[in-house]
Amino acid sequence: MAVRTLTIDSKQVSAEEGTTILGAARDAGISIPTLCHLDGIYDVGACRMCLVELAGSPRLLPACTTMVAEGMDVRTQSDRLRRYRRMILELLFAERNHVCAACVSNGHCELQTMAYSQGMDHVRFAYQSPLLEVDLTHASFGMDHNRCILCTRCVRVCWHIEGAGTKNVSGRGTHARIISDLNQPWGMSETCSACGKCIQACPTGALFRRGMTAGEMERDRTRLEFLVNAREKKQWNV
Amino acid sequence: MAQRIVIDPVTRIEGHAKITIQLDDDGQVTDAQFHVVEFRGFERFCEGRPLWEMPGLTARTCGICPVSHLLASARAGDEILAVQVPPAADKLRRLMNLAQMVQSHALSFFHLSAPDFLMGWDAPVEKRNVFGLLGTRPELVRAGVRLRQFGQEVIEILGGKKVHPSWAVPGGVRSGLTLAGRERIRTGLPEAFQTARLALRLFKDLAGSLNREIQIFGNFPSLFLGLVGPDGEWEHHGGRLRFMDSSGSILVDQLDPQNYREYIGEAVQSSSYLKSPYFKPLGPEEGMYRVGPLARLNVCKSMGTPEADVELKEFRKHSNGAVTSSFLYHHARLIEILTSLERIERMLEDPELHSDHLRADAGVNRLRGVGVSEAPRGTLFHDYEVDRDGVVTKVNLVIATGQNNLAMNRTVAQIAKHYVKGPHVPEAMLNRVEHGIRNFDPCLSCSTHALGQMPLVIRLVGPDGTVLDERRRD
Repeated sequence: MAVRTLTIDSKQVSAEEGTTILGAARDAGISIPTLCHLDGIYDVGACRMCLVELAGSPRLLPACTTMVAEGMDVRTQSDRLRRYRRMILELLFAERNHVCAACVSNGHCELQTMAYSQGMDHVRFAYQSPLLEVDLTHASFGMDHNRCILCTRCVRVCWHIEGAGTKNVSGRGTHARIISDLNQPWGMSETCSACGKCIQACPTGALFRRGMTAGEMERDRTRLEFLVNAREKKQWNV
Repeated sequence: MAQRIVIDPVTRIEGHAKITIQLDDDGQVTDAQFHVVEFRGFERFCEGRPLWEMPGLTARTCGICPVSHLLASARAGDEILAVQVPPAADKLRRLMNLAQMVQSHALSFFHLSAPDFLMGWDAPVEKRNVFGLLGTRPELVRAGVRLRQFGQEVIEILGGKKVHPSWAVPGGVRSGLTLAGRERIRTGLPEAFQTARLALRLFKDLAGSLNREIQIFGNFPSLFLGLVGPDGEWEHHGGRLRFMDSSGSILVDQLDPQNYREYIGEAVQSSSYLKSPYFKPLGPEEGMYRVGPLARLNVCKSMGTPEADVELKEFRKHSNGAVTSSFLYHHARLIEILTSLERIERMLEDPELHSDHLRADAGVNRLRGVGVSEAPRGTLFHDYEVDRDGVVTKVNLVIATGQNNLAMNRTVAQIAKHYVKGPHVPEAMLNRVEHGIRNFDPCLSCSTHALGQMPLVIRLVGPDGTVLDERRRD
């Protein structure tokens, strides 16, 4: 396969054609912040945390869905990028009701960790404080829309790895919601196989095992990666 | 012209409040009231949350006694799951509650109240606080701070952190006690005992010169409520409810906390965010009752530990029936520190504390559950209703400070009538009125489940409603 050579943060990097900037950067030991990206499933560029600067392009581009090209000059760190990343986080916090102290994922939350690492020390936007539901109708799992950032990881693992197609997105903009089947209570879903992959995928406390209490929800992402590698690359490391 | 004195803010208490003293045309006190001016709304915003999150969520009601809310909430959860909590979990919860008694009572006595009677009621206001006391009695303040630290460290050893541990959960607790943890607790006990004994001796030595305060600072008949064990002994977690009147007669005994609503009604006043619970059979006027250390020592048959039982006997010499002076809450608090330490010491010998069977699991088996625990300030009720999936639909929190509300009003009125003559009142006199509130060690953040700023105010108001004098400390 053809190899492309590019520059990321002044470092010469080569990557196979079809690799994303995110993949190439990570292979080269350069970290780019992400929220909706999850190893093992395809990327959708939903969260915009991984925006990078590309020399010659007036637009910022998401590193997770932009493929490498010969001679690219990419910057992953700049004041402008840091400002945008903090703003994206502030908007996520303002959009729904994120109360870390009482959350099942407190201390193990990717959104919380990202806010710390990007230096988000306050939110300048008005909290929207929407009135949102908690769905505890499923025998094993719960969904709290207050904590959902619409990264769609749950939707992607449900379709791409499990193949059940239970999780979907309904509505647009601030009305967008993760739904089960045709927007019915999760416990009434006829397609959900209760596999729990969405629980492992969720970056925040939006999806959790029933009975979890504050700070108790820890996830094991490697299980998802294992399944994908096992199926697609025939790597059954057992 | 009739007038009104306002003390705003009331200082050295947990939260924000004010006192209004009403004067008639001759400048005589006709009434006084304690108003809580903060509002928080926990009962409302907990609706819609999963039951399992409630202990961690309601613990945030308060930074002084999060453990009390945590434990009462977990117990309400136990009732809804209808499970038998593993014995080790129950014991560990009790251990944490005892540590909470020690730390909270130490704070009330050494930091908040002792400056009044050790520095003197009339000492300059800038000296009459824990820093003033640090100047004259550094060893005493240090011991008090260390005693509180001991209680806080036991909480941390069990729950992982000193404030707001999310450790107790419906069905049990999340982690056990290690042998190393037990040894750390054991190492701290001797010094804690020494401080508890020192404080008791100090208070009893002072009591002779504080007769006036004992007579005036909220001395009146009322009912008393507290948990008791199966034989009527002092209880702080588990146990059943007992109501006693001031003659010492038991009105209701071994009441299952699930049925508290049969005997406790809740009234509201337009002038305060604090609810006023009362003993239902006697109505809102006659049904005033007190909770907390004084009430617990009145309703119990014995403390259940040797050293504290000797102290209880001596304490009861203050009266033939129940001890009715609110000033003696301070004394009762110190005896409770002692019995808590004795109980902690006894518990450490129990090998079951190190069991790893700590959590019972179940689904929603009942749609309502009441959790009761003795908080440092008194009996705490968490009453939840849930739907069949475990989503909370209704929350009622009955807090110790709320239950003392009617008695606190009575106390400030009694003190004001004694010390306030006319609209021009020296600060030291108003401090005595404030101390009437400090007797109860109220926690206003808890009791209104509320939000607001810290200050408390005293206001003097005429019969036409004009404010004549206002003292405010921000």
